Amino acid sequence: MSLLKVSDLAVEFTANKRTVRPISDISFTMEPGEVLGMVGETGSGKSLTAHAIMGLTPLVGGKVFGKVEFDGKDLLKLSKFEMQKVRGAAIAFIPQNPMTSLDPVFRVGDQIVEGLRKHLRLNKWKAKTLALEIMEQLRIPNPKLVFEQYPHQLSGGLKQRIVIAIGIGANPKLLIADEPTTALDVTVQAQIMRLFKELTAVKGIGLLLITHDLGVIAQVCDKIAVLYAGNLVEYGEIRSVFKEPKHPYTQALLNCIPYIGMEKGSLTAIEGNVPTADNFPEGCRFNARCPYVMQECITDSPELIDLEGGARVACFKYQKEKATI
Amino acid sequence: MSNISAKTRAHKSPWMIIVKRLSGNTMGIIGVFIIASLVLIAIFAPLLEPYSFKAQDISNMNAAPSASHLLGTDEFGRDMLSRILRGARISFVVGVASVGISVVIGSIIGAIAGYFGGIIDVILTSIADLTWSMPSILVALLLVAIIGPGLESVVLAIGLSYWSQYARLIRGQILSLKGAVFVEATRALGASNFVILFKHLVPNSLSPVIVAATIGVGNAIVLEATLGFLGMGAQPPTPSWGAMMSSGTAYLFISPWVIIFPGLAMMITVLGFNLFGDALVDIMDVKNRESNL
Amino acid sequence: MENYVEVKNLSVSFAVRGGILLRTIGVVHAINDISFTIKKGEILGVVGESGCGKSTLARLILRLIEANAGSIHVDGRDILKLSRKEMKEQRSNMQMVFQDPYSVMDPRYTIFRSLSEPFQIRKIKHSRAERVAKIDELLQMVGLSPEHGHAYPHELSGGQKQRADIARALALNPEFLILDEPTAALDVSVQAQVIKLLENLREKLNLTFLFISHDLSLVSYFCDRVVVMYLGNIVEIISADRVGTHACHPYTKALVDNIFTITPGESDHAEVLEGEVPSPFDLPPGCVFSSRCPVAQPKCFEFAPPLEANATGGKVACHFPIH
Repeated sequence: MSLLKVSDLAVEFTANKRTVRPISDISFTMEPGEVLGMVGETGSGKSLTAHAIMGLTPLVGGKVFGKVEFDGKDLLKLSKFEMQKVRGAAIAFIPQNPMTSLDPVFRVGDQIVEGLRKHLRLNKWKAKTLALEIMEQLRIPNPKLVFEQYPHQLSGGLKQRIVIAIGIGANPKLLIADEPTTALDVTVQAQIMRLFKELTAVKGIGLLLITHDLGVIAQVCDKIAVLYAGNLVEYGEIRSVFKEPKHPYTQALLNCIPYIGMEKGSLTAIEGNVPTADNFPEGCRFNARCPYVMQECITDSPELIDLEGGARVACFKYQKEKATI
Repeated sequence: MSNISAKTRAHKSPWMIIVKRLSGNTMGIIGVFIIASLVLIAIFAPLLEPYSFKAQDISNMNAAPSASHLLGTDEFGRDMLSRILRGARISFVVGVASVGISVVIGSIIGAIAGYFGGIIDVILTSIADLTWSMPSILVALLLVAIIGPGLESVVLAIGLSYWSQYARLIRGQILSLKGAVFVEATRALGASNFVILFKHLVPNSLSPVIVAATIGVGNAIVLEATLGFLGMGAQPPTPSWGAMMSSGTAYLFISPWVIIFPGLAMMITVLGFNLFGDALVDIMDVKNRESNL
Repeated sequence: MENYVEVKNLSVSFAVRGGILLRTIGVVHAINDISFTIKKGEILGVVGESGCGKSTLARLILRLIEANAGSIHVDGRDILKLSRKEMKEQRSNMQMVFQDPYSVMDPRYTIFRSLSEPFQIRKIKHSRAERVAKIDELLQMVGLSPEHGHAYPHELSGGQKQRADIARALALNPEFLILDEPTAALDVSVQAQVIKLLENLREKLNLTFLFISHDLSLVSYFCDRVVVMYLGNIVEIISADRVGTHACHPYTKALVDNIFTITPGESDHAEVLEGEVPSPFDLPPGCVFSSRCPVAQPKCFEFAPPLEANATGGKVACHFPIH
């Protein structure tokens, strides 16, 4: 059974008598121990997708549609209370900015212990021992010393490790990390990604890694989901998507990324801008910027179709090609 | 190349956004209505008053409200309605002038303290704190002793006592804006501190000041009444509402309307300013939440 | 080509105050005796992580912060010795493009008004028509339209705001532009647009760039030479096309190894650099990188290596460089 199966996930907001759907038709699956990278630029809705899965969509006029099957249960149908029990225990969330995700007035060790006691019902001493063990696993130097520190006394990388410790404390099956290394130095990013890889390999935790950094996804993930303007446009195994990207957006995006040894002047850019949620065009949302745009792209929205090897793409180009096979 | 979305064709300046949001706020609209009425009355009082505010009619002293004197007369037989209408002018001038003085002094001092920091900040903040703790009544007494009683003393007294809250507000805003990139960018272009401070930082810091000033006008009007009550304010026959209430206390049981009507006028005016100020608080907050949705 | 910019022995330190009486309890050497040159028309990249001092360097060159020691020659003149008035004139010649496009313009000014400001500050008078023409020209140069001039900052996207910032920097026809992480806050596709714009402008206007970034891939693509900084010191100066294969300093090599490339499996990160940048406060003697260096020897902890030329035309500050 898959760890996580998301089907036709959509979020709707109503404000000022206008309704917008910043994300819609999001469908993908995750297996246990798998690392799925969700990539997208501003306005793609990747963060919102993560929050919707966690049941954390902003309350102001937000409605969620679709199905999120986790461990057999549809999370969207759970009550707030039941969802709270899932959060932190079965599904852990690592937010973007470690600087603000720790409570500044409590010692970091106590913050790890708090989660352990709540979800595993341990007494103080057992929880502290377990917390120190987890800190060691995460290669936090001098765990006993760091345990007593306050967040402001720690570096960015250390803070993020503490946040991860809090997240994995209760042995979750799924970890959702939202841009976990954006605010950190490049060398620290490598350390944290190595940690994530160990956690998934050793503990079998599934990791949904949300980021704008395609390089991180290429090195760390097993599968990739590409979001554009609230839609899932491509999904598949890492090697096949990076070697042979199918969706024009994925292709264009990969060509935008500078790499060492690139010929000077050869960087290409995608013309135009990402449409905003209140202004999504008719038809395929990438139609204004796509070099292969056809007539149907302007009038109809392409659906996600299955290709071989478990890959999926939402593009009329492939429906045509598939039809001619 | 890149196209701006349709939204920008309207080019809403920050001020236009405020006006638009205000139209959705009922309490705020009531406040605006009251303030607008006050302003109109203040301007057109001479045309509206049925009698001259000075005209005495000794045969008609302390008369109850009637057809000829809608709000009655005071102890000198002067028409209450006319005096109250005139009084709107006084209240308006007092409110706006004293708050104006406070805002100007407070803004300059708060801006300099916040921008330059260090010992200058320490000194100026101490002065602000000292002023805050001085009761305005004492300041008024002092000024009365120097320039004599009257509206000018009252306006100055209020203006000089209450600038520190505006100083504090501006200082706080400037402290948080100091580090904004556009400040650095302007400095990199060679702009002087003066330009940066008064052309960029202060204008961007005015929102909380405007809100406080709106409510401050209401407070100033009440304060004028208090000082007038103590005989330090406008001198007769100037029909300030406070002075009217003061001289009317002697006749509280004979002709209570002499106190009630000016008091009501004041209450409604202050209410109007407070409602508007509260609406502004809501609006300013919402404005900051301009999302991309 | 002549050296257009020559930085020699530049240093700045900040006193750290603490305690009740706010006494000076220590010193942070934000920039420690650094020297480098930029040729006319060259793009020099500066790369480093947090605390390396690259942003401080930018501000020192523009004299937004005053240096404690050293000299900065721009086009032959030591700008640290200029009077305030002379410096103001010099500013027309060297401008900065900033990070964080979100607060880069006064939110209450239209773009047009923000772009007029450089002219107002320098007291350059135009008739109304001349001013409009000039600003429209600037807008077009950066890929915006006159319509964008009437907009307010909050109505523009991040990329558009960044373009407006570039337009403002170009208003006074500078020869030298310092770009402080100009694309760090932008999406990668928008970054590509901005970089292409900068490539274009550099050629058209014959500009000299100092390009600061934490992204070594971007710097190696866009720049001619790269300066690598760590904790206020320059550890290596190397030509951009050699940085991937012939990095001499262990830190430069670590930065290269730590890049996540978009070819799956290429960077296995077997040798992850441990630890984090130490606090710049009270640094121990010796090489600043010694605490994390995988090949540090006892000598490294005692003597700071000087920045010296190496065989391949670059410079490195290391007792045991790789090549």
